[in-house]
Amino acid sequence: MLAFLIRRLGQAFLVVLAVGLLSFLMFRFVGDPVVSMSREDATVAEREELREALGLNDPVPVQFVTFVGRALQGDFGISYRNQRPVADLIAERLPATLELVFAATVLALMIGIPLGVITALKPRGALSNIVQGVSLVGVSTPTFVTGIMLILIFAVTLRWLPSFGRGETVDLGWWSTGLLTASGWRAIFLPALTLALFQMTLIMRLVRAEMIEILQSDYIRFARARGLPERSINYRLALKNALMPVLTITGMQIGGLIAFAIVTESVFQWPGMGLLFIQAVQFVDVPVMAAYLMFVGLVFVALNALVDVTYALVDPRLRVRG
Amino acid sequence: MSDAASPSAPVGLWGQFVASPKAMVSAAIALFLILSAAFAPWIAPHDPFALGTFNLMDSELPPVWAEGGDPRFLLGTDTQGRDVLSAILYGMRVSLIVGFAAVAISAGIGTLLGLLAGFRGGWLDAVLMRFADVILSFPTILIALLVSGIARGVLPDTRQGAYAIYVLILAIAINEWTQYARTVRGQTMVEASLDYVKAARISGLANGRILARHILPNILSPVIVIATINLGLAVLAEATLSFLGVGMPVTQPSLGTLIRIGNENLFSGVWWVVVFPAVTLVMLVLSVNLFGDWLRDALNPRLG
Repeated sequence: MLAFLIRRLGQAFLVVLAVGLLSFLMFRFVGDPVVSMSREDATVAEREELREALGLNDPVPVQFVTFVGRALQGDFGISYRNQRPVADLIAERLPATLELVFAATVLALMIGIPLGVITALKPRGALSNIVQGVSLVGVSTPTFVTGIMLILIFAVTLRWLPSFGRGETVDLGWWSTGLLTASGWRAIFLPALTLALFQMTLIMRLVRAEMIEILQSDYIRFARARGLPERSINYRLALKNALMPVLTITGMQIGGLIAFAIVTESVFQWPGMGLLFIQAVQFVDVPVMAAYLMFVGLVFVALNALVDVTYALVDPRLRVRG
Repeated sequence: MSDAASPSAPVGLWGQFVASPKAMVSAAIALFLILSAAFAPWIAPHDPFALGTFNLMDSELPPVWAEGGDPRFLLGTDTQGRDVLSAILYGMRVSLIVGFAAVAISAGIGTLLGLLAGFRGGWLDAVLMRFADVILSFPTILIALLVSGIARGVLPDTRQGAYAIYVLILAIAINEWTQYARTVRGQTMVEASLDYVKAARISGLANGRILARHILPNILSPVIVIATINLGLAVLAEATLSFLGVGMPVTQPSLGTLIRIGNENLFSGVWWVVVFPAVTLVMLVLSVNLFGDWLRDALNPRLG
C-alpha cells in the first residue's frame, strides 16, 4: 500500500509540475511581460530596469525555479489588466464560484436521484419516456443555450428572477456569501440550475443503471422471497447501495464543474473565477490565465489522486498497477 | 442488402439503416442541414455580408407569422436589418467547416499516432499515452480556451480575425485526437498479434505497408463511429467558444457568434435573433448525435 501511495503521489506531483511548467512558459513567452506591464511612453532604460527587476535576464531554468517558488507562496504576479495581485483577484472570486458549484451539485442530486429511481422502477412508464426524451435533447443542448433560454423565460418574459450578478452579498471577512440574503438566493437559482443540468443527466443515468443492476441481484430476490414490503426493498436496500458510486462520481465531477462554470458564469455575468478567466483570455492577461490553470490543475490532480487512493484502500487489487 | 434475407433480421449496414426510423430521420435532418449550409450562397434569400444592402428601416422585424412581420424576411431581422435566416445559413456553414476540419485533423493525427503507438510500443507508446491521459483529464473547454488565449498572445492583433478559424480548429482537434489514438492503439495491438499480420511480416512486407494496407482497413469502423460522434461535439465546442467571444469574429459569424450577438439584445424583447440560431444548433447537434448513436450500435465496434 505504501509503495502504491508513493507511486500515485509521485505521479500527481509530476502532473502538477507539468502544469506549472506550462503556466510558466505561457507567462514567459506569450507576449512580452515587460511591454504588457510598463506604461506606453516608458523609455528603453526604464523597460530594461523592469526587465532586470522581474528577473527576465536570468537563465530560463532559474526563472522557472523562481516562478515555482513564488507560486508556492501564493504569489502569481500582477494582473496586466487590473493592475492588482492575481492572488487577491482569485481569492475575491473563489467564493462566488464555489457557492455556484455547491448549489448546482445539491440541485443535481435532488433532481437527478428521484428521476433515476423512477426510470429504474418503471422503465416503461410514461414519465420514464418523457425523462429519457428530455435528457436526449438535454445532452445535445449546449450550456449557454440552456442558460439563455432560462433567462428568456424566467427573467425577460415572466420577470420572476434576476438574470445576472449575485444579488446582495454578506461579507464574512474572508468569504463573501450570497446565501444569507433573499436576493442572493434568487440570483443563484438560474445559474445553479443551468450548471446542474450538465450533471443531472449523468446522475440520473448512473442511479438508473445501478438500481436496475441491484434489483436483479440475489439479495434483493431473497428479500422479495422473504416477503419484505416492496417499498422497503426499493428504498432501504436497493437505493442505499446504489448511492455509493453515485456520490463518488459526483465528487469527482466537482473539478469539471469548476471549469464548466466558465460558460455558466459568462451567460449570467456571475462574478466568479470563470468570468475572471474568460476576460483574461479575451484581453491576453497572461498572469491570470497562468494562475487559473495552476489552480484548476491542482484541484483536478488532488481529486483524482484522492479517488484513486480511496479506491485502493477499499479494493487491494487496484494497488498492483499504478 | 437485405432483400434476400428474412425481413425480420435486416442484414448489412444499409438493411439496418432502412429498418431503423431513428437512423433515417436523424440522417435526413442532418443531411438537410448540412446541404443547406453547403449551398448557403445559392439558397439564402439575402447576402448577410453585403452591409450596403441593409436598411435600418428593416431592423428588428419579427418573424413573418408574428405581428409586423415582413414576407421578405422569413425569420425576421436583427438590429442592423440583417436577414436572420440568411445569417443562420451562412453561420451554419462556418460552424460545419470548423467541425469537419477539426474531425478530419484529429482523426488523421489520432489514427496515425494510435497505429504507431500500438505497432511499435516502447517509449513512443508510453509517452503518447501519458500525454493523452493528461489531456483527457482536463475538460475540453479549458484546454480549448487556453489554446485560444495563447494564440491571441502570440499572433499579431491585426491578423487575429483572419486566423480565428484555424485557431478554433486547432483548439478543438487538440482535445479530440486522444480518443482516436487510444482506441486505434488498442485495436492495433490486437490485430498485430493475429496470424495474418505475422504472415505479412514473414513474407517480408515493410512495416509501413503492413500498417496501411492490412491493419488500417480492419480498424476503421471504430474510427468512423468516433468521428461521427465527435462531429457533434466539435460543433458544440465551436459554438461555445464563439459564444464566449474567443471564437469566430462578428465579421464571419458562426452559429455561436450569432447567439452571442442575439444574447446582447435579449432584453429588448428581440427573441428571434437568439432563438432561431439556437434551435438550429440544437437540431444539428441532436441529429448528428442520434445518427452517431445508431451507427455505434450498428457497427458495434469495441471502443476503448
